[in-house]
Amino acid sequence: MHQLTMADLAVLMRRVAGADEDAVELGTGNEDTGFDDLGYDSLALLETMRAVEREYGVRLPDDILAESTNPGELLALVNLSLARS
Amino acid sequence: MTTPVVVTGIGVTAPNGLGTDAYWAATLRGESGIGPISRFDPAGYPVRLAGEVPDFVAEDHIPNRLLPQTDHMTRLSLLAARMALADAAVDPAELDEFGMGVVTASSSGGFEFGQREMAKLWSKGGQFVSAYQSFAWFYAVNTGQISIMHGLRGPASVLVADQAGGLDAIAQARRYVRRGTDLVVTGGVDGALCPWGWVAQIAGGRLSSQADPRRAYLPFDVDASGFVPGEGGAILVVESAESARSRAAGTVYGEIAGYAATFDPPVHSGRQPGLRRAIELALADADLAAGDVDVVFADGYGVPDLDMAEAGAITAVFGVDGVPVVVPKAMTGRLYSGGAPLDVAAALLAIRDGVIPPAGYVSDVPRHYGMDLVIGKPRHVPVTAALVLARGHGGFNSAMVVRAA
Amino acid sequence: MDRRVVITGIGVVAPGGVGAKPFWALIRAGRTATRGISFFDASSFRSQVAAEADFDPAEHGLTPRERRRMDRATQFAVVTAREALADSGLPAGDLDPYRTGVVVGSAVGCTMSLEREYQVVSDGGRDWLVDHTYAVPHLYDFLVPSSIAAEVAVDAGAEGPAGLVSTGCTSGLDSVGHAVDLVREGAADVMITGATDAPISPITVACFDAIKATTPRNDDAEHASRPFDRSRDGFVLGEGAAMFVVEELGHARRRGAHIYAEIAGYAARATAFHMTGLRPDGRELAEAITAALAGSGTDPSTIDYINAHGSGTRQNDRHETAAFKRSLGDKAYRTPVSSIKSMIGHSLGAIGSLEIAACALAMEHGLVPPTANLHEPDPECDLDYVPLQARAQRVDTVLTVGSGFGGFQSAMVLARPDRAAA
Repeated sequence: MHQLTMADLAVLMRRVAGADEDAVELGTGNEDTGFDDLGYDSLALLETMRAVEREYGVRLPDDILAESTNPGELLALVNLSLARS
Repeated sequence: MTTPVVVTGIGVTAPNGLGTDAYWAATLRGESGIGPISRFDPAGYPVRLAGEVPDFVAEDHIPNRLLPQTDHMTRLSLLAARMALADAAVDPAELDEFGMGVVTASSSGGFEFGQREMAKLWSKGGQFVSAYQSFAWFYAVNTGQISIMHGLRGPASVLVADQAGGLDAIAQARRYVRRGTDLVVTGGVDGALCPWGWVAQIAGGRLSSQADPRRAYLPFDVDASGFVPGEGGAILVVESAESARSRAAGTVYGEIAGYAATFDPPVHSGRQPGLRRAIELALADADLAAGDVDVVFADGYGVPDLDMAEAGAITAVFGVDGVPVVVPKAMTGRLYSGGAPLDVAAALLAIRDGVIPPAGYVSDVPRHYGMDLVIGKPRHVPVTAALVLARGHGGFNSAMVVRAA
Repeated sequence: MDRRVVITGIGVVAPGGVGAKPFWALIRAGRTATRGISFFDASSFRSQVAAEADFDPAEHGLTPRERRRMDRATQFAVVTAREALADSGLPAGDLDPYRTGVVVGSAVGCTMSLEREYQVVSDGGRDWLVDHTYAVPHLYDFLVPSSIAAEVAVDAGAEGPAGLVSTGCTSGLDSVGHAVDLVREGAADVMITGATDAPISPITVACFDAIKATTPRNDDAEHASRPFDRSRDGFVLGEGAAMFVVEELGHARRRGAHIYAEIAGYAARATAFHMTGLRPDGRELAEAITAALAGSGTDPSTIDYINAHGSGTRQNDRHETAAFKRSLGDKAYRTPVSSIKSMIGHSLGAIGSLEIAACALAMEHGLVPPTANLHEPDPECDLDYVPLQARAQRVDTVLTVGSGFGGFQSAMVLARPDRAAA
């Protein structure tokens, strides 16, 4: 099953939620930085999840966002779902 | 005694000028912003002209993170609000957060955004609808986004009465200030220049189908044939005269001195339409007589029977040729909830500069209107008090008096 | 001296019944009117539950022409305005047109009609350049929702100030608050006011799906709205309207009108935080509550009942519980709080007015409405939420609140007009 890389996730997030001039750019070794510090709010994350669902034809569990506080955790959970599907 | 409520900041996004100075200079030159629609291909529609705000590159003005979640008209409103606060020399971070409010007018919300999401829903499915749709298209969006961008935590509201709503919002801002809010960001910026919004506006039956931008929207002209819609509007900063004094605000443009709103009786009732009453009530509220008003900013529908009705209301109060009448929206198109706030901005600039603008390409006003319409070139006259009129589809009338502070 | 404003007429369309009587019968009994969506095939959506009103416009006197011209939300508004006027004992012919105004609240206006017509002109969403030749004549009225206020005003013969307030999910409090302001300052003596929404259509369901704000409890629709319960997982979309006749106190007394309640205080604040998110501390809602109480000269200790926003989302119920504690202190623990959304769902802008109606009727009948489906309170929601069963008690002073997208936070105080002036 296809797996996402951090670079894939970064591109996706920039596309659906915009870039942020003031925040650190995602995908440059900062996958442990919290979403708050990266400037991504809950809606940006929801939009990202929906884009993954649409583009990879996978259904992600609702609690995936509650359980991820940074891009690294999110990527791991997304890939877990992709592997299972 | 109620404290005077004054305007200390103006932000304009208009079809004939982005920014207050550009707008006012173009308006005094008689320069129109009406032209062929560029935002979508209008070839298949019977109406192909609109007033689009020029030179607006969203990426230059709006934080990148807000782009995926905002409609075009919300982006314009955010820019106008920022310009108004800058003009008022307000740094919201330095003031009491609960002492600053926002009230804007709206008419159709973020309709272009809504069309895009509706298209996704119906052609591809619900899972394609944006997480931002839940607020990007609703009528309250501009107030919410302005409040968030500047940390304004005082009272907030949104009023809708088609084109009349713009004055209702400014009146609500005055109410907030009178009840103790220090400062309120108010006005309206609007626009639904997308195919779906366009079709809904065409269905209203009052758009001009003239193809020549110089002939399409001629309010009060013998050749009036309907109106041209536009986008944009104005955002104002209003506060109590005291507050403006205490923080040494730069420019005090003028006072929101009077206001009233009425609703028309049913068409076949034989009763008088409500515009004249709105004018009289607004003058009474400002404690002014008709003779004290130096200029009237007309609503100017551009539809002959509605123009005649408005001329009738104006002459009933001011007499035949009793007051100069201006209709600068002939150069922007009708901006729905943004139209009247833009007129209020123009009225305040007229007070500042002692000059009133011409009416674009309007050249021939029927004599029986009994109206001294300013046409051709601006007129230099001292302006102490100005009356702004606005009517909304369905029977809404609002009138507002601004005067030199 | 400020003019005082009272409610003298109530009209309701709600899930579970048309009219103020069936509405009260439903909520006093703690029955729920939530069910699987029947208006369209919702099987592809995450949330398939709604609180739908069984409303036949013909049965309520709307002519075929009116039905064509008016969106469902407009129909609700006109029918409830008529009921409110009849209830107030002010027949349309007795109104002074110049001294009567209209303020209607609505979050999403004529959404159902817009979506229906969009499908037609866009060939099911396929064409970006939609076809104007298929547009219905009243499309412009659907585009700009002030048409709702216009229809109510024309129907009632009101020629005073008129308009629509659209502040998302606080529209139903803010519209009435605005109408009260207009009477207080003398712009009108009588206002026909309230709010309406009819959002149960695919686009609304889809946009709340997208942010997981609505409940996915599709297999148990009757018990899907669970404010303050540990198991709550989103709100249930509803629809309906409540309209009121509000008038200046002296005006009401002179004509011997029945007075339900005085609208004694109202205030609105903004979170300026996030379009959909709420900080858990409830600071701005608390500020609105404090301002509404102060404006009405009401001591927090005299509040008999709090009608909560209680939408049943994880964040709202926590946020609002914090706001009650922050603004009322210990009194928050000693005051019954309930959410009628547990029974009639969340009708966006309309619900604030439906909740005002519930408060006025609670005062009238001496009965606090319950919170249905509340079996196991969330430990973070530790107030007295009146679970399952209505509570008989004297209700003289009520606080009702709302919270919505865009950051709008509103609070209103209803009281008996003969209360001792503070």
